[in-house]
Amino acid sequence: MTFLIPPGTRDILPDEMRELRTISSALLGAFERFGYGEVWTPTMEYEDVLLQGDERAAGVSYRLFDENGQVLALRPDMTIPIARLVATRYGDAEMPLRFCYLSHAYRSVRPQRGQQREFLQAGIELIGADAPDGTVEVLEVLCAALDASGLPRTRIGLGDAGLFPKALEAMGVERQVGAEALEALERHDFVALEQAVGRLGLPPAKQEVLKALPQLRGGVDVIDRAIELGGEELSQATSRLRGTASGIEAKKIADRVIFDLGLVRDLGYYTGATFEVYDPALGHVIGGGGRYDELVGRFGRPLPACGFALFVERVHVAQAEEERRAREASEAVQ
Amino acid sequence: MSEPLRLAVPLGALFEDTLDLLDAIGVDTSPLRSDSRSLYFPGEEMTLVTLRPSDVPTYVEAGAVDLGVTGKDVLMEQQGRVVYELLDLGYGHCRMVVATRSGNHIAEELERRLGAIRIATKYPRIASRYFEEGGRQAEVIEVKGSVELAPLAGLADGIVDLTATGRTLRENALEIREVIADCTARLVANRVAHKLRQADIDALVERIDALVERIDAR
Repeated sequence: MTFLIPPGTRDILPDEMRELRTISSALLGAFERFGYGEVWTPTMEYEDVLLQGDERAAGVSYRLFDENGQVLALRPDMTIPIARLVATRYGDAEMPLRFCYLSHAYRSVRPQRGQQREFLQAGIELIGADAPDGTVEVLEVLCAALDASGLPRTRIGLGDAGLFPKALEAMGVERQVGAEALEALERHDFVALEQAVGRLGLPPAKQEVLKALPQLRGGVDVIDRAIELGGEELSQATSRLRGTASGIEAKKIADRVIFDLGLVRDLGYYTGATFEVYDPALGHVIGGGGRYDELVGRFGRPLPACGFALFVERVHVAQAEEERRAREASEAVQ
Repeated sequence: MSEPLRLAVPLGALFEDTLDLLDAIGVDTSPLRSDSRSLYFPGEEMTLVTLRPSDVPTYVEAGAVDLGVTGKDVLMEQQGRVVYELLDLGYGHCRMVVATRSGNHIAEELERRLGAIRIATKYPRIASRYFEEGGRQAEVIEVKGSVELAPLAGLADGIVDLTATGRTLRENALEIREVIADCTARLVANRVAHKLRQADIDALVERIDALVERIDAR
């Protein structure tokens, strides 16, 4: 007899579960070493509480009614529940606060390799620590977590959610007028971006800057290249990223980081640095995060914050690929 | 030495132009031209695979290939797929159009009187989105081939389809009423490869871009 389970969910049997448990323990161990204490929050929350954190409900996909007719939602990530938890449970606690989690979250994605509609995330939130030091600490923990999961080839893409809007602003483009260009960038559509930039009514030299800027990615020198390209206007727009860059260099984790001036993430609450985690074994990102300095404030206590989440199942796929490569390499030597 | 980039070449209407473009930037395409059975062509600088255009976004999104060439029509229809759209390659120009029976305006009259127009198409998402965004109601009927037949046989009042010259439409007594979009071939990249293979991909984009601009200038 077969009985169906919903698309995008799955059963995990002991062989896989053992390996997932090993990865999860390694990740939590790395978080704990940096002083991040594990928290658990309810899988379902009141929808209007999640909406408080993000007008677009940050990707809530699954809703249900409780016995009183209240709308409950399965959490789409752990960041909003932790912002709620901090505002309500740590009203006057001393900052910063360091939390980590290993939790399932729910989104109606197209099920694909390593991402289901119910997926396991391991991540941290650092609350009450400003940029750039807080951002650098979070990146340092992320590097330690990647080391702990045995992924030497994994790289972190680092961008700034405010960079392109600031560049537009510095060039005197009004927010509404620039929206089309920003939307094209969010869709990763550089052809549409070029067309939208062409309609902004800017002199050709500035158009070139806006077209070239989101293509800049690589070592820390891309920030200098941006300033060479756009002068004073871009020196302001990139100053925040430069602050993070110096901190990263001081921690000696810069070789793990790809500076990406075109990086934007699709969640509404990011305000500054944003990251994505890439492994050559997978075509999809294996994690992401960033700064969300305004999110906790929406729950009543304004606090700067930063965090990341790794998709544990994708880390597992990448790890299996690393092991396969290592095995092939050692067989080739023999 | 890094691994060769993997690029998907679309079969069909964009095939020849894509091979010409690759030749022009010095990628050897003779195996693809001579061998019609194989689908996978390893090379030193670049590994080429041949795919149906509508499969290109699937392979690119999953990272099974780093780059691919496909039509804007395909990308519009599969808008939910996360790929980086890097370049407009300029060739393969077509228009996505709404066409109805030529001569009279029966379709418009039916749309007004019945409140909705019946549209047959191979591009159900593009068609639905187009009518929704215009505040109009359409009953979109997905068909897999010979969409021009649908209005003749009475399955639909009109069609949404891709046309290069409009000849097939004319031969089936159909007339273009609205242009939804201009479509050309696009170069797309996987999101992870776009970051991890930055230097290789940027170098390739630069070579192609210079070439496309030269062709445009002619």
